[in-house]
Amino acid sequence: MNEHHIISYRKLTGIWLVLLLLTALTVAITRVELGGYKVLAALTIACAKAGLVIAFFMHMKYEGRLLRWLLFLALLTLAIFIGLTFFDVLYR
Amino acid sequence: MSNAQPPQASFWNDTGRSGIAAWIFSTDHKRIGLLYLYSTFGFFLTGVLLGLLLRIELIAPGRTIVGPQTYNALFTVHGVVMIFLFILPSFPGAFGNLVMPIQVGARDVAFPRLNLLSWWLYIIGAVIVLVSLFTGGGAPDTGWTFYVPFSARTGTNVSLAVFGVFIIGFSAILTGLNFITTIHRLRAPGMTWDRLPLFTWSLYATAWVQVLATPILAITLVLVMAERLLGTGLFDPARGGDPLMYQHLFWIYSHPAVYIMILPAMGVISDIIPVFSRKPIFGYKMIAFSSLAIAAAGSLVWGHHMFTSGMSDTAVLVFSFLTFIVAIPSAIKVFNWVSTLYRGSISLEAPMLFALSFILLFSIGGLSGLILGAAATDVHVHDTHFVVGHFHYVMFGGSGFAFFAAMHYWLPKFYGRRYAEKPALLAWALMFTGFNLLYFTMQVLGMKGMPRRYYDYLPEFASLNLLATVGSWILAAGLVIMLVNLFRGLRGGVPFEGNPWGGATLEWSVATPPPTENFEEEPLVTHGPYDFEGMGKP
Ligand code: HEM
Repeated sequence: MNEHHIISYRKLTGIWLVLLLLTALTVAITRVELGGYKVLAALTIACAKAGLVIAFFMHMKYEGRLLRWLLFLALLTLAIFIGLTFFDVLYR
Repeated sequence: MSNAQPPQASFWNDTGRSGIAAWIFSTDHKRIGLLYLYSTFGFFLTGVLLGLLLRIELIAPGRTIVGPQTYNALFTVHGVVMIFLFILPSFPGAFGNLVMPIQVGARDVAFPRLNLLSWWLYIIGAVIVLVSLFTGGGAPDTGWTFYVPFSARTGTNVSLAVFGVFIIGFSAILTGLNFITTIHRLRAPGMTWDRLPLFTWSLYATAWVQVLATPILAITLVLVMAERLLGTGLFDPARGGDPLMYQHLFWIYSHPAVYIMILPAMGVISDIIPVFSRKPIFGYKMIAFSSLAIAAAGSLVWGHHMFTSGMSDTAVLVFSFLTFIVAIPSAIKVFNWVSTLYRGSISLEAPMLFALSFILLFSIGGLSGLILGAAATDVHVHDTHFVVGHFHYVMFGGSGFAFFAAMHYWLPKFYGRRYAEKPALLAWALMFTGFNLLYFTMQVLGMKGMPRRYYDYLPEFASLNLLATVGSWILAAGLVIMLVNLFRGLRGGVPFEGNPWGGATLEWSVATPPPTENFEEEPLVTHGPYDFEGMGKP
């Protein structure tokens, strides 16, 4: 669990490219008329990007259970916070 | 535990450094605790002076001592100082540091250097806030809530003040991290989770809120700075932004933050009441659990600050409902304290008097909170002096009085000398009277429709305002007596030895004042924190 996991340059570059692609996608969809779904689309892409960064660049994919749980707890809290604001934004 | 040990060097004497460096670079949790005590309490007194000025302005209608702009700056700085420089850092920083490591049977916190860094960050942040008052466009005038759009436009020095608060946020996050780790990893053998003193339990719940919620404040403040300096338009509807987003973000942090203020206070009360009733606490597990429940549920109620803001009706309903849920664990605590008192052999010494008045004042504050939590009534009293009365009841009558209780309860242990009892009782009586005269009157004024954050008011509110201002003077007189008494007593009073009140938590088993490393050898915990019968046995 504590051994140093080394991710190859190739993999890291690949992930970086995917991130760039997703960024391009974010920009692209602002030009499409999605109505109320634009927030959903933007958040989905943002989550996917954050997930990639956390899993690979922050090594979470290779960490022990405790750290993963702690991170999960923080993310869950954040998700609940953001989730509750939708009672306002969606029904305003 | 026997008292026949050889005299140990107390943490006051045992230092490698000299002069002020022995304090400001010390990693001893007790010294850091005292540093926090002095600095946060210093800011409290500053805040009190500003509060008294506010009240003098309001003594009669029209302009009395300051004009509108100065008044706006005064209540903003009063609020910022009281919230960010006093009440948020004071409990974890001062009494958390002083007492918690000893209560769990540890030599220090888990990361002593990080602990020192926390204090330094706090001081740096505080200095930046102070500098902001006298530079740029002058002291911020937005209210302590920094609401946009005003905070994005005002010419006063909001950016720097907000930056100072941002830094103080990091101090809170690090303290939280430190305490969580300490409580998980450094408990002495036998200190199981169900033997943890309730003050430590409350700090544990608080620490999670500090770690999880404070980053959101940091982000929010960065966004305000971005709005001011870069003109991002995040909160500007004309450019696709949303001003209500600011209020959401601000209260997502700031509502949980009020639990950072009140939870440790409740912990202090849970430790003091059993000692002065000579009875084990009633419902230990429920009190510990309700701390966690308050921390969790309290994080989900921020919308109740926004009922009149134009938020959707669905959200009003949801947040109003959630608000009523937090009342349940809070009431559990109150009922458990009262049940602890029932048939106890109560001794009314200074710490106990402050603790008992906490229960009353907190209950008044909490119940008036329900009036604000119900959307229908809130619409009428929102932004009136009723709200000002409400939050002073919880923050000052609650946390503030608990802080005074803790000072009378624990400080003699750390100074080795005690204050005189009679002046302490007199101070308490004056403060209690003045407090209610001041803030109950404010609540009545609010019910009658006097808005908050104005330097002037209609003539029909004049007599009640005069009454409130007189109340603030009685309160201040009590404060002065308390301070002088504490100051004289802790420096030159009669020696305080052993365990005169018969507390069963670990801090009462070590020498007075505690030695640098707290315990000669690692303690073995054999009884619960309120097991007054078990504590005499080996
Ligand atoms: C002698 C003690 C105090 C006095 C006389 C006092 C007085 C006042 C007054 C008159 C206001 C209302 C200004 C207005 O809305 O027009 C106010 C606001 C406030 N007070 Fe106090 N106060 C005292 C202690 C405290 C304490 C101990 C705390 C917190 C721990 C506190 C926190 C606040 C906050 C957060 C505000 C709101 C500021 C704003 O509107 O932005 N005060 N105080």
